[in-house]
Amino acid sequence: MNFFNIIDLLAEADPDVLDRFSSRRAVFNSLGTVAQRAALATSPLFLGALFQKAYAGTASLPTDILNYALTLELLEADFYRQFLAAGQIPAGAAFDAITVIKTHEDAHVAYLHDAVIKAGGTPVTGSSTAGIRFNPSLLPATYADQLKYAQVLEDTGVRAYKGRAAELIGTDLLTPVLQIHSIEARHAAHIRTMRGQQPWVSIGDDLAADANYKAAYTSGVASSTRTTVALGGTTYGIPAFNPAQPSPQESNLQQGAAGTKLALLITTGIGSTTYLPDDAAAAFDEPLQAAEVLDSSRAGGLLA
Amino acid sequence: MSDHTFLPAWREQSLGRRVFLRVSAASAASVALIAAGCSGTTTTPTPADPYQLALPAGDSGLLYYAYLLALAQITLYQKVVDAPPTDLTTAERAVFADLRDHEVVHQKTISYLIDTTGATQLVPTDFVFNLSKFTLSTRAGVLAAAQQVADLVAAAYPVLLTLFTTSSVPQRTILLKMSSVQARQAAAVRDLLTPGSFANSDVVDSAGQLLTKTPTEVMTALAPYFAPYVISVASLAVPV
Repeated sequence: MNFFNIIDLLAEADPDVLDRFSSRRAVFNSLGTVAQRAALATSPLFLGALFQKAYAGTASLPTDILNYALTLELLEADFYRQFLAAGQIPAGAAFDAITVIKTHEDAHVAYLHDAVIKAGGTPVTGSSTAGIRFNPSLLPATYADQLKYAQVLEDTGVRAYKGRAAELIGTDLLTPVLQIHSIEARHAAHIRTMRGQQPWVSIGDDLAADANYKAAYTSGVASSTRTTVALGGTTYGIPAFNPAQPSPQESNLQQGAAGTKLALLITTGIGSTTYLPDDAAAAFDEPLQAAEVLDSSRAGGLLA
Repeated sequence: MSDHTFLPAWREQSLGRRVFLRVSAASAASVALIAAGCSGTTTTPTPADPYQLALPAGDSGLLYYAYLLALAQITLYQKVVDAPPTDLTTAERAVFADLRDHEVVHQKTISYLIDTTGATQLVPTDFVFNLSKFTLSTRAGVLAAAQQVADLVAAAYPVLLTLFTTSSVPQRTILLKMSSVQARQAAAVRDLLTPGSFANSDVVDSAGQLLTKTPTEVMTALAPYFAPYVISVASLAVPV
């Protein structure tokens, strides 16, 4: 490395480059002050900015977000309880894997239950007979079909945590929520492997093309939306859904849109190489808004 | 290595947008040169270690960090795709091709976030993730290496995401979308090496949460493979 030559080159200035980077720098800094961040972090506009949506309604409290996460974990835990109780899972690796996943979901329930209380809220509850639980009439008869629900729940769980992580920025809750989010993704990968599917979201996913399950891989809502959820013995708020801008679908090939910045088409937009749509979709898991997750077409439709 | 490839980065540096290119070394040297010129002494500046690479402070440092993680994975996965051990099955080779493809998409996307023009040389041209310490001639060795790297990256992301300090929204959102893919990859690789180990207790705590690693822990683990280059994460936000 010709060290002194670089220093000579460093002395050269290019006015065009100066202008370009000055404006980019201004963009980077436009939201950068502590005061602005603090304001944004507690404002629905922040989430709106994150996913380029203009939410109406008020910002959710941490207890609201935790109760939302707890709702999903209770649903998952009860699903796995019924899945195991149905007695269809082959002994050995399959049974062991589902048991491990159930243990994790129970731990998530316990953690989030305590976290709601610590945050001064009333946790939602559920049991095998009351409150938040998986609708037993929906449990299929066969192991293969039961496993489809497991995949849908895990993939949706990943999307659900992703959809609300931004609201926890600046709080101690962000890290544990991201840690749980990672575990849901590991569960999803394993369930998919058990089903002979790719561990990651793939354009060839069988469930994404199955009328009974494909809603989990799309976005938007089928039913009327709400900003207050009454479930499991308490009520909590969720951000209002903006029908004009649903979350990206899992088959999404574009990333990075924000404000006036256009989205980048991953297949052809990054460098001179082109990428297959399958790789461009699989490389990114997409978020879902709370209203989308709790919609009757997704997890909301699985509640008893 | 062509010095000209470094030019855009140096222009950025002169504008205060710090980049990750032996910056600390050359900055120190240029200060020393100026000092030498002003004082009229003939002291020869002592060049800093050219192999010392400091991640820049702030969010751009986090992007470089993620870029390096992708680079490490791509190097390993590409090697396996190019020269698979004879006992690696066809299906497993296909998994490695997917892992490679997804990480190339990640790396190129991160590179684009750092510099949309693609003009910036992000790492020295002789910078490599050195695979010689892995056993890549057997299926077990390949899968063990892949598990080590994939678990490390998966453990890095939940910490990385909390370190963003500005509201650089697209960057953080995109990395958040990548983070669960890293988790899926790690689980898939673990299941190949040890079926059913996708979320074993060595990566998950008793609360069902992923055991994470700070940038310091991650770079310490990767240090033998980046040598002779030494990555400093000291400028990243706490906790590093």
